[in-house]
Amino acid sequence: MTYDLIVIGGGPAGLAAAVSASENGLKNILIVERDRELGGILNQCIHNGFGLHRFKEELSGPEYARRFIEMLKNTAVSVLTDAMVLDIAPDRTVRVVSAQHGYQTLAAKSVVLAMGCRERTRGAIGIPGDRPSGVFTAGTAQRYLNLEGYMCGRRVVILGSGDIGLIMARRMTLEGAKVLACVEVMPYSGGLTRNIVQCLHDFDIPLYLSHTVTDITATNGRVSSVTVAQVDERRAPIPGTEMHFDCDTLLLSVGLIPENELTRAAGIAIDPRTNGPVVFENMETSMPGVFACGNVVHVHDLVDYVSAESERAGKAAARFVLNGDAQGEPIELHNGNAVSYTVPQKLRRENVEKVADVFFRVRRIFGASVINVTSGGQALASYKRERMAPGEMEHLLLPAALLQKASGEITISCEEADCK
Amino acid sequence: MYDVAVIGCGIIGAATAFSLSMYQLNVVVLERENDVALGATRANSAIIHAGYDPEPGTKMARLNVRGCEMAQALCAQLDVPYLNNGSLVLAFSEEEMATVRELYARGEANGVPGQRILTGDEVRAMEPYVSNEVVGALYAPSAGIVNPWEYAIAMAEVAVQNSVEVRLNAGVTAIARIPGGYRITAGDQTVDARYVVNCAGVDSAVMHEMVAPKAFTIYPVRGDYYLMDKCESVRARRVLFQCPSALGKGVLVSPTVHGNLIVGPDAVACEDGHRVNTTAEGLAYVKKAAARSVPSIDYRSAIRNFAGMRANSDQKDFVIGMAAENFLDLAGIKSPGLSSAPAIGEEAVKLLSENGLALTPKANPVTTRKCVRFKSLSEDEKREAVRRNPLYGRVICRCETITEGEIVDAIHSPIPPCSLDGVKRRAGSGMGRCQGGFCGPRVLEILARERKLDPTEILKDRAGSWILACETKEEAKRV
Repeated sequence: MTYDLIVIGGGPAGLAAAVSASENGLKNILIVERDRELGGILNQCIHNGFGLHRFKEELSGPEYARRFIEMLKNTAVSVLTDAMVLDIAPDRTVRVVSAQHGYQTLAAKSVVLAMGCRERTRGAIGIPGDRPSGVFTAGTAQRYLNLEGYMCGRRVVILGSGDIGLIMARRMTLEGAKVLACVEVMPYSGGLTRNIVQCLHDFDIPLYLSHTVTDITATNGRVSSVTVAQVDERRAPIPGTEMHFDCDTLLLSVGLIPENELTRAAGIAIDPRTNGPVVFENMETSMPGVFACGNVVHVHDLVDYVSAESERAGKAAARFVLNGDAQGEPIELHNGNAVSYTVPQKLRRENVEKVADVFFRVRRIFGASVINVTSGGQALASYKRERMAPGEMEHLLLPAALLQKASGEITISCEEADCK
Repeated sequence: MYDVAVIGCGIIGAATAFSLSMYQLNVVVLERENDVALGATRANSAIIHAGYDPEPGTKMARLNVRGCEMAQALCAQLDVPYLNNGSLVLAFSEEEMATVRELYARGEANGVPGQRILTGDEVRAMEPYVSNEVVGALYAPSAGIVNPWEYAIAMAEVAVQNSVEVRLNAGVTAIARIPGGYRITAGDQTVDARYVVNCAGVDSAVMHEMVAPKAFTIYPVRGDYYLMDKCESVRARRVLFQCPSALGKGVLVSPTVHGNLIVGPDAVACEDGHRVNTTAEGLAYVKKAAARSVPSIDYRSAIRNFAGMRANSDQKDFVIGMAAENFLDLAGIKSPGLSSAPAIGEEAVKLLSENGLALTPKANPVTTRKCVRFKSLSEDEKREAVRRNPLYGRVICRCETITEGEIVDAIHSPIPPCSLDGVKRRAGSGMGRCQGGFCGPRVLEILARERKLDPTEILKDRAGSWILACETKEEAKRV
């Protein structure tokens, strides 16, 4: 049997893609999930705040996942959990191994990549010092706490003000740990403003901006203190500014990396700016019939956006299987001033029904500002913003009519409003 | 009374135990840590040196060349990852070419096979990422790379299967002469043995001085390393050295047997031979020095830093010899100690025999070891492995494709690990780019289940390295 679609990953991206592909006419859909149950990282995100956009409700992570898992029940989507995809061949053959079904070679007419992302580690950022136990990525600590039911420490310093770190500051505090500080190397937080307020300010946890951890000391194999120092504009520690925190735990919330080992091994083009596959307007990768969505493409702030993007990928997979290849000469999306990446990286106008969704991030903090969309030096459109920050993803809807005016490339750039 | 007590179970103790285990002897190995191979053996460059560095006529020269010669077959026999990929000593100037020629001459005198002196262009043809500043190199095709801790674990495991007793958490605190041998105190336990072999690494001078006058001094030298993700392994096919200096063999760039790239070390003299912290200065130095050899290494792909400790001594050669009656030192085993290890094991047996230890070969000793490595099986073998044991179908470590079957095998291996890192050193789980972020909790669960321990009892590494403080709600109650 050949599946219409194999979805790799049963987290929020994979779930939404499978539901959407089914709604758009695909019959034989399989989700392959490496964990024991569907839901992905949402299962350990027991705090609320999910679904405000998608469902106009504040849900917890597991509740949000449950909504999509319920939707699956009315479809013919089948699920293989506790199973690992080993590789994807160009003919869209997927090799999977599981304890239950052994080693399987599965054929598919289309594939959706929805493997999510992983956390940057101590090794990736090179924190020097002793190498004891007690240094965890925030997500690992969250898993121990929320899924396994164990506290991984009692006195905690958090490096990085990404959302998971902020959420864990509150969570550990509520469980009786003392969170001594949250330390951020940049002059601004990497997380959502609401999380800074609700997770740090509300619990009197100090946030040290433009600071980093410069040393870790161990006693008897476990973290016993960390040294924190202020950094200069080049993010180099400033001698003489060191502070010492006696703690048994250092949590790291220092960024997420799309997990594209399968993608790379399959020979699919990767964008070095996102660390995710290069995608077209319909989330198709450089390998025809292979689509990607969610954090495997670029790291999102809100699961609501993951779901929306993944629904587009699922729909596109259905169109690919039912109607054949998408046509059209692609327009490249270029990054102009202060734009660090765009998704998609390429647009095929012929394939855009009404609007093209474009996501991007800015490199620095903006107050009142303008996003300019240009092509060949000609202005196509501009959009006002009151505030933009690297920690908050920007979203544009480019109308099909506007795209018709473009020639060859489209550049997105940002500038202060008063520059105009 | 034991026939032989071996102090220390790093690569030298393990090799000694392995060699002794082929004979009808009662052998005990005393290891201070909660696992074997936790000192210099687990954190080093992982190179099997060809043998052109040591001065001709030294024990070091002889044992290095012999150890290098033994490595390929021994690693195959013990199922230890090894690759004979050759090494290059890069020269950046005419003065350094003189050093290269000197090394070549030493290599010839030491019996290193197949050496050649290359031009800069020949080097770049072999190693496309090497700097344009390189003017030539010494090529030694017999050099290789190995998994150093697995090399030691494998030898120790075979020794255990041949009835050698390995006692962990047995740090030696005193050694006294008794009639017919020695009484060794290790905390609350004592061991009597006719012969003692001192393989205590950075502590070997301390052991020596328990039975004999001071004869050498250990100067621990620490070195920082970067380990890079697999995408960076293209930067070097062979081991790329720079010309050696008084402090050591300098900063190297090399692939590892796991498919990563290793870069390092620096060399910093240390007071405490047991504290292997990395430093910002050390890591910065390594980066800068390695850029001379390979300018294009992308440090954004770093997955880990670590530091290793070499048990350097004030002696030019390895300290191998009788310290007192029936007390053998295998001390000051600096680089190329890993390369020399199996030859040092053989040498130890020879020296003990010369000093009266009777050697009767065992009839059918275990000489081989075999592990399932799911990732490297063929498609048919994978299918068959999962059919035989479904646990080989459950991938726990996604970065390195390590299955539950392999993790359970490791937990029930002859020297059972009690920590996540112990499992990692045997099965390879957590070695990859997420550094155990995803698989750590799963491995902890499997380890607790298999060893019938509470999850809070599972360690990350050495004694004291607890992972979980308590169950949730307990802390809130306490506060």
